[in-house]
Amino acid sequence: MKPSKSVGIIGYGAYVPKYRIQNTEIARVWGNDPNLVPIREKSVPGADEDSVTIAIEIARNAILRAGIDPKDLRAVWVGTESKPYAVKPTSTIVAEAIAATPFVNAADWEFACKAGSETVQACIAYVGSGMAKYALGIGVDTAQGAPSDALEYTAAAGGAGYVIGAAKESLAVIEGSLSYVTDTPDFWRRQHEHYPKHGNRFTGEPSYFKHVLSSSKALMEELGTKPDDYDYVIFHQPNRKFPLEVAKILGFPKEKVIDGLVSPYIGNTYAGSALLGLAAVLDKAKEGDRIFCTSYGSGAGSDSFSLKVTDKLADRKVKAPSVKSYIERREEIDYARYARYRKKIRM
Amino acid sequence: MDVPRHWREQVRRYRLVGSKCNDCEKLSFPYRKVCPKCKSRNNENYQFIGRGKIISFTNINSPPKEHKYNLPFAVALIELMEGPIITAQITDARAEELEIGMEVEMVTRKIMEYNDEGIICYGYKFRPIVEYAHP
Repeated sequence: MKPSKSVGIIGYGAYVPKYRIQNTEIARVWGNDPNLVPIREKSVPGADEDSVTIAIEIARNAILRAGIDPKDLRAVWVGTESKPYAVKPTSTIVAEAIAATPFVNAADWEFACKAGSETVQACIAYVGSGMAKYALGIGVDTAQGAPSDALEYTAAAGGAGYVIGAAKESLAVIEGSLSYVTDTPDFWRRQHEHYPKHGNRFTGEPSYFKHVLSSSKALMEELGTKPDDYDYVIFHQPNRKFPLEVAKILGFPKEKVIDGLVSPYIGNTYAGSALLGLAAVLDKAKEGDRIFCTSYGSGAGSDSFSLKVTDKLADRKVKAPSVKSYIERREEIDYARYARYRKKIRM
Repeated sequence: MDVPRHWREQVRRYRLVGSKCNDCEKLSFPYRKVCPKCKSRNNENYQFIGRGKIISFTNINSPPKEHKYNLPFAVALIELMEGPIITAQITDARAEELEIGMEVEMVTRKIMEYNDEGIICYGYKFRPIVEYAHP
């Protein structure tokens, strides 16, 4: 649940591509009811962006905030389900670009939307064991939604990353982290397929809700905390509805969810989703605030984290662009351009 | 596909690393084995901050086929903060959004890819600076 040596977040970085497609535009193309769309708009990566380029920007922002020499990183781990190469690590390119090579552990992690939070939990253990001074974990995706599929409305691009280090250097101390995993086939993509398949309504109750609730309850029980003890809460956000519903069941009021709820504006950034919400909360939080965060990845499982903000956050958060900066930097595109950027037109 | 050629240059292209002459302190990009000012061979890697301003730019309509995926895009002459002038692609902004004197920042983006089977080449591009809005 927590390492013997106390650790925390010493730097964080976020990134969201500039392009947006409105949900009503997707509904227009496929003849769906524009009043029944799940979110307002989603982010779309530019033609020259992929999980590598997004992860590099996230890593640079995280290093800026951490104020460390990248050579002191002992791990650069990237969690994603949209690797540009099926075989060849994303993380080596990121580590090379930020000058963390060559004495660093680099690997790509995969667990649908939970891959990013897994890297952060592993960084906690890596630093907490004394094996690493600093470690960087990133969650990023350029999520694939099949044309006309329900997921096309939300499958978006972006992510966030965290440099983990000793608690005394931290802008937020990790109070504990716990995982809850079962074999639940709610969403998958087979080898060589371009788009994932999913179990429609099966993705809700036995999947998202069961794992997010079980993981969150278990960590709070272990720590002896309750929703009232936290100032902010972040859940994996495949849409707007699910995280608000899960918060209500657990007893977190809407006001504690809203600052970390970015999916209505940029969509579901999959492995980046909960981590991006956490970055948005850190952009706003102040010393003494307690934050609870639970990711969710199909297949299925959740990682929960409990954090407490220190006096170091205020000075560090202004050293890189906030999540808000990236959300407000937007250019709307139509479905045709979106189809081109996402390589939905095969020639 | 020329993998070794890309690999030899990739680190400097990912990070915008040029050279500094240890004799006359002249900064260059790309890396120069021989200093263009004093002809010294005593040069070392130099990491540029990655900020500069546009001196001139043009819109590209007929690029080599590897770059067509990214049309339309602008190419600019950029004066780096440290002095050297480099040529780079502009991303996240079309030519009509650019101005001479505009401040830009370096990002690492996909430059080109060799079909679906080959390697992906990443490198520096520049974009208008992202403002640090804070909540």
